[in-house]
Amino acid sequence: MPTLPSATPVSWYLTLSAVLFALGVAGFLFRKNIITVFMSIELMLNAVNLSFVTFSYQFRQVDGHIYSFFVMVVAAAEAAVGLGIILTIFKNRNTLHIDEISTLKN
Amino acid sequence: MPPLPPLDPILFLIFAAIAVLSAVSLVVQTHPIASALSLIGVMGALAVLYLLLGAEFIAAAQLIVYAGAIMVLFIFVIMLLNAGAERRGGRARLAKWIGIPVFAAFIALIAFLIQSRLPQTQGVTFGSFTTGTALEIGRSLFTQYLLPFELTSVLILIAIFGAIVLARKEI
Repeated sequence: MPTLPSATPVSWYLTLSAVLFALGVAGFLFRKNIITVFMSIELMLNAVNLSFVTFSYQFRQVDGHIYSFFVMVVAAAEAAVGLGIILTIFKNRNTLHIDEISTLKN
Repeated sequence: MPPLPPLDPILFLIFAAIAVLSAVSLVVQTHPIASALSLIGVMGALAVLYLLLGAEFIAAAQLIVYAGAIMVLFIFVIMLLNAGAERRGGRARLAKWIGIPVFAAFIALIAFLIQSRLPQTQGVTFGSFTTGTALEIGRSLFTQYLLPFELTSVLILIAIFGAIVLARKEI
């Protein structure tokens, strides 16, 4: 059995961030429900936040925390507007399937 | 008495496993409410990892803003629209047979590059970086990053207007 290092290597955090980002991309590409696609975008933003915080630790600076704070704020604004758009689309088209939402105007 | 096993990597592995499993669950579940609950699992696990990295303010903000506000908004919309399980697309099998190997190869490549190219540094131990408090973040936010902070407030104001316009009766 391989022994664990006494401190977590920084590369483990970055690899986890890459894995989560790739899973977010996979969900964004393969899923057909517009709400799930939107949640995949949130997953990608979270993965990037983990990278920012990890590099902030690496350089012993607080700037990465500030960036991930701004990412959170942008994600909140994006969620408010995006879910409003999804509601409007559902009111007009009565579907959430992204293949059926292919035209900008009826 | 044998020495205690190192706690930092063990905690990392536990919560990284929770995050990855929840993210896989987000991608493979067909019902949006199950995906949303999986995403809350990812965010909770990431909050613990932020704490391990010494980012206590970000961990709290992650739980309050993401797992609290944003996900509640998502679940409200899912329940409001009464979104059911997703129908299978015609290309699902092709995506499965090509997508999963390509995805695994991509992950392996990224992991290899990160492991080999990153300079070897001292690893992450809990408590060796204590600058991520609200005090330090606030000081940095209101001095060096004051302009982006003000722009963000304008962005949120515009987003509120946009949400109100989109939520009107006739559009």
